[in-house]
Amino acid sequence: MSERTERMPSPRRHPMTDSTVLSVDDLTVTVGTRNGPVRAVAGVSWQVRPGETFALVGESGSGKSMTLLAATGLAPRAATVTGRVRLLDDELTALPDDRRRKLRGRHVGFVFQDPMTSLNPVLPVGRQVTEAAEEHLGLTRRAARDRAVELLELVGIPSAAGRVDAYPHQFSGGMRQRVAIAMALACEPDLLIADEPTTALDVTTQAQIIELVADLQARLGTAVVWVTHDLGVVAGIADTVAVMYGGRIVEQGPVDAVFDTPTHPYTRALLAARPDPSRRGEDLVAIPGSPPSPLDLPPGCAFWPRCPVRADPRCEHELPPLTPVGDGHTVRTFYRGEAG
Amino acid sequence: MARFVLRRVLQSAVVLVGVTLVVFLLLQLVPGDPVRVALGTRFDPQTYDALRERAGLDQPLPVQYASYLGHALTGDLGVSFRTGQPVSAIVLERLPATLSLAVTAVVFALLVAFPLGIVAAVRSGSAVDHAARVFSQFGVSVPDFWMGIMGILLFAGVLGWLPPSGYVALTDDPGRWATHVALPAVTVGLVTASILTRFIRSSVLEVLSADYVRTAEAKGLRNRVVILRHVLRNALIPVVTVVAVQLASLLGGVIVIEVLFAWPGIGRLTFDAVQARDYPVLQGAVLLVAALFLLVNLLVDILYARLDPRITVK
Repeated sequence: MSERTERMPSPRRHPMTDSTVLSVDDLTVTVGTRNGPVRAVAGVSWQVRPGETFALVGESGSGKSMTLLAATGLAPRAATVTGRVRLLDDELTALPDDRRRKLRGRHVGFVFQDPMTSLNPVLPVGRQVTEAAEEHLGLTRRAARDRAVELLELVGIPSAAGRVDAYPHQFSGGMRQRVAIAMALACEPDLLIADEPTTALDVTTQAQIIELVADLQARLGTAVVWVTHDLGVVAGIADTVAVMYGGRIVEQGPVDAVFDTPTHPYTRALLAARPDPSRRGEDLVAIPGSPPSPLDLPPGCAFWPRCPVRADPRCEHELPPLTPVGDGHTVRTFYRGEAG
Repeated sequence: MARFVLRRVLQSAVVLVGVTLVVFLLLQLVPGDPVRVALGTRFDPQTYDALRERAGLDQPLPVQYASYLGHALTGDLGVSFRTGQPVSAIVLERLPATLSLAVTAVVFALLVAFPLGIVAAVRSGSAVDHAARVFSQFGVSVPDFWMGIMGILLFAGVLGWLPPSGYVALTDDPGRWATHVALPAVTVGLVTASILTRFIRSSVLEVLSADYVRTAEAKGLRNRVVILRHVLRNALIPVVTVVAVQLASLLGGVIVIEVLFAWPGIGRLTFDAVQARDYPVLQGAVLLVAALFLLVNLLVDILYARLDPRITVK
């Protein structure tokens, strides 16, 4: 694990172009609950360019998964979504459900967190892998079967031809996640959304899955949104990163800038909390307290109650705007302490 | 698969032998002397002893049981105390009536419960969902004999569309069979449909929130495909058990309904046999019901293995 937490050179850099695969603009998600409406995501904006890897980082409940589900029309029925989401040339938020459905699976593939539950237990894996291609590309069942073998080979499943008719329970967790990745890539989408795809796996398998996705991305040129709470992963694979806390982005920018000059106290605390082999034997650093309930967010910066810095009293009562601090690097705090 | 089936058949056979023992012993505990009842007013000690000896009732219990089991294996379930006819013939004669009533009732229940349960779950909180809840509450709380009586009053009495009672064999006249079976089948089927609707609704609702359903939605599949291919197939697995239990219990004969509609099935036969203390017939009826129960369960296990690929592996 320690290697993973070291800075690694990003696998590829893309020329910064104006074209985006997915752009999210001022997205807000309000979920109706028994205790009244809860704002799970507030005014979030980010873009992913072709072939780029964008990492969305945050603790559980920070709104990172909800951001993606809402952006692609998969939010629960009780959720109200406002803002604009653009996928390639389509304004997703303006489309009727059925048009949006046709883009999902075709241009965006999803890999979810737990491969033990995200595959249908009673359908053969081959069938599940190519369902989207049958739906969107009109593949026949026969062609789909060949395609399934091809995709399973692509994600490194040994003797794929003999395993297309196997069921999910006949695969290990890591292999299931490979199946899930094959499934997401069935229509060669422009964007792959990976929602904590390694969280449920053991450490060696995690590394394999991360490498697999990076490798596929290089071969297929797919853009990737990687949702994670593991900063080691972010350092290794992402081009840009957004850190979320309490439903808002608190810091965002090129991965080098954010890691070299983290500015928001939360980002700094997260980076400091990574296990460091040079401090072996010392206590691990933790952020005291727990994330705020979305039912009861503080008036100012959501991190204020846990903030170890508290250098600028305005942060307590006033919501700091996202302010640029460097090239493409923005941060939501009034605090401008010494970098690093 | 073949080994799985064979194993289950053997298990069923063992259970069936167990059932014969339980039935045999239970009837020993029931008060009342069948020979006395059979003789009625013609009672005199000599005839009584002779009859007891002929029926083997003077033998010790284990001997009686061994002899009963031995005969049963060859299909000889003894003769009725009342009519002297072979029990196996009497029991099998009643089977088609019960079978046609039970199957019709279950088919009716499935036709009602599936669409209603699925729509209630998919559109939970909607008007259909509320209607389904009222329907199933009504179905499980109103006694079936009362519904049967109301059915007779309305459809046979007021409207005159259907015969109030009686039975015509399907093989004799399918049309008249249908008009006769309609009222009892719907009466019984409504109760089954109410139970199934609730069960299907909750099963579908549970599967709808499963991760793999979100995966299916993320693939951009049509709603219909998500429901039919991903939700239903999984939701069906627990439902199959409930359908089987319902079918099996209907095959056991719905005594009250069969008596109410003068339906000459197993339930009616059981009722008459109890009243007349006709032990051999009662034993035969219970044995047949147990055999049917085991058969249905066997079929369900096989169906289960087909529906859920995880089962045969275990």
